Amino acid sequence: MTYMNRRQFGLLVGAASATLTMPAYLRAQEKPKVVVIGGGAGGATAARYIAKDSEGAIDVTLIDDSEQFTTCFFSNLYIGGYRDFGSITHSYDKLQSDYGITKVTGMAVSVDRDARLVKMADGSTIPYDRLVVSPGIDLIWDSVEGYSEEASQIAPHAWKAGRQTQLLKEKLDSISNGQQIVMVAPPNPYRCPPGPYERASMMAHLLKTKGVDAKIIILDPKDKFSKQGLFEEGWETHYPGMIEWYGPTVHGGIESVDVSTGAVETGIDTFRGDLLNIIPAQKAGKIAAEAGLTDDSGYCPIDAASMRSAQDENVFVIGDASIAGAMPKSGFSANSQAKVAAMNIRGDLIGSKVFPAKYSNTCWSLIETDDGVKVGAQYAPQDGAIASTSSFISQTGEDAATRKATYEESIGWYAGITADMFG
Amino acid sequence: MPHGEVNRRTAWAGLVSGSAFAVCLAISSQTLAADDADTAGERLFAQCKTCHEVGEGARHKIGPHLDGIIGRLAGSLDDFKYSAAMRQAGENGLVWDRDALDTYLEKPRDFIRGNRMSYRGMSDPEDRSVLIEWLAATSVSQPGDPIESDDGAVSGPARSFADIVLALEGDPDYGEYLAGECVTCHQASGHADGIPSIVGLPKEYFVTALFEYKTNVRRNEVMKLRVVNLANEEIAALAAYFSGLEPQ
Repeated sequence: MTYMNRRQFGLLVGAASATLTMPAYLRAQEKPKVVVIGGGAGGATAARYIAKDSEGAIDVTLIDDSEQFTTCFFSNLYIGGYRDFGSITHSYDKLQSDYGITKVTGMAVSVDRDARLVKMADGSTIPYDRLVVSPGIDLIWDSVEGYSEEASQIAPHAWKAGRQTQLLKEKLDSISNGQQIVMVAPPNPYRCPPGPYERASMMAHLLKTKGVDAKIIILDPKDKFSKQGLFEEGWETHYPGMIEWYGPTVHGGIESVDVSTGAVETGIDTFRGDLLNIIPAQKAGKIAAEAGLTDDSGYCPIDAASMRSAQDENVFVIGDASIAGAMPKSGFSANSQAKVAAMNIRGDLIGSKVFPAKYSNTCWSLIETDDGVKVGAQYAPQDGAIASTSSFISQTGEDAATRKATYEESIGWYAGITADMFG
Repeated sequence: MPHGEVNRRTAWAGLVSGSAFAVCLAISSQTLAADDADTAGERLFAQCKTCHEVGEGARHKIGPHLDGIIGRLAGSLDDFKYSAAMRQAGENGLVWDRDALDTYLEKPRDFIRGNRMSYRGMSDPEDRSVLIEWLAATSVSQPGDPIESDDGAVSGPARSFADIVLALEGDPDYGEYLAGECVTCHQASGHADGIPSIVGLPKEYFVTALFEYKTNVRRNEVMKLRVVNLANEEIAALAAYFSGLEPQ
């Protein structure tokens, strides 16, 4: 059976690294060093798994410019009024106290890959033997003409969780009868494929609950979107007439935005919003490009079997910044990729067994109270890319009990993944 | 490969005891209202008989013969050309016990995706039960002759997939790595907030539950997806790992 081969493979890799790699570090009488840039679903998980499974044999440093981490996943539930902000914000304390990870709060600005040094904004440097780059996404501001970082203070993107999420919520809370919200959805590939549509659902839920008669227009550069049938069914059931989605064949192309007037120009018409939620195109977090790990797509090519950078064998890129084949850019994916990277890094540095890579993802979305839907898949390396091996999606017309169970499952998942990230 | 042969042998050993079981049930079903059940079963089988035969001299048609189906390892008749999906199901350890047949017959395409049986499904659980008992009673042969092993040793009894997996020695190290996929939702601490804890579950319960997800006895798409491609050794490894953990 296949496992025999896998185990033999693992033993061989383990044996090889034990005899070749490990003594180099042991001779130096110094622990091998792993530096992780980015403390989200990818980075925090990688740091925790390397520290936990190496039982102190590897020195782990986690760099993130925030003291606390607000998850992008479930931030729509905050917008919808289901969660408070504190419940989606997590501290790095346990990673330090229980796992011995050094947390550095600051901005990594570049990487000297020859010298294996991470350079920080304050001028300090941090050496590494293996580097994990998990910076998430950066927004391509000018992908929507007229949009910019400054404009996002008026028309929030809220696609990186934190202050932006709160800003969007504040603006949503002030929407009144007869007003209109216009969302500009991002082009592929982007973080959290069902996210914009779950967000529209959560906005509609909040307005409906407050008895506010307002409309939500989604202008999409894509012809179709994730879980489209499920969302459209849910919108018709729960929010009749409240949410309108327009693809490019209807709006004729998104041309520009003027956040001061709330106008979005498209090929066919001008849409006006009292609240604009502009979600621009995306690319790998800036440090990935600074470190020379990206390709022309703006994201980072990796080895599908290990998440190792195609550009540098000492570097691993995980999460939204990586080109992970069929896997969507999601917190679940990043967490899954982190475990594969962590295993390979332990194999590299202390000769731990390396098993074949397995990846998985599930994305839950909430449409209305107790109406949860999900999509998921298993993945494995195939012909040099991460390919889907099996998948499922919630069905339209499911009964209420199934949808409620799906929502409750998502609550359990949130508790699970955040415990898996932060200890 | 050695592991594969062991599995197969154990599975076949299960067929012997499984078939004895079928005979007992056949006898008991004849004691009460046997004629009614026979008639009802035969009537239900009318939907199947374009493609399947059962009873004395049953041969393969479009589908494999069903004589002795109860307790047969899925996709295991040497002279029938199965779909890759059905063969895979057998390799994963699926044995056609009553529960498995029941869920399969309800929605064949959901139970084993990509299998070739062109049948929408039988929605009435009563009908399925009658048909399954009729198949058991009508079979004249046993599920198959056990494969003779070189050393003559036939271990068992294995009536189900779970028994086959429980007979394997799981590697907890491999289980720990594979568990990375589980603990994204099932907290390693044993805490449960909407998704049940699996920490410290007895092996038997763990393995049986995974099999039940695999065969839709327990229904959850996320669990099914994670489990469907797990080989027997992987399930055994996970059971070994989780059964050895203490809740915190």
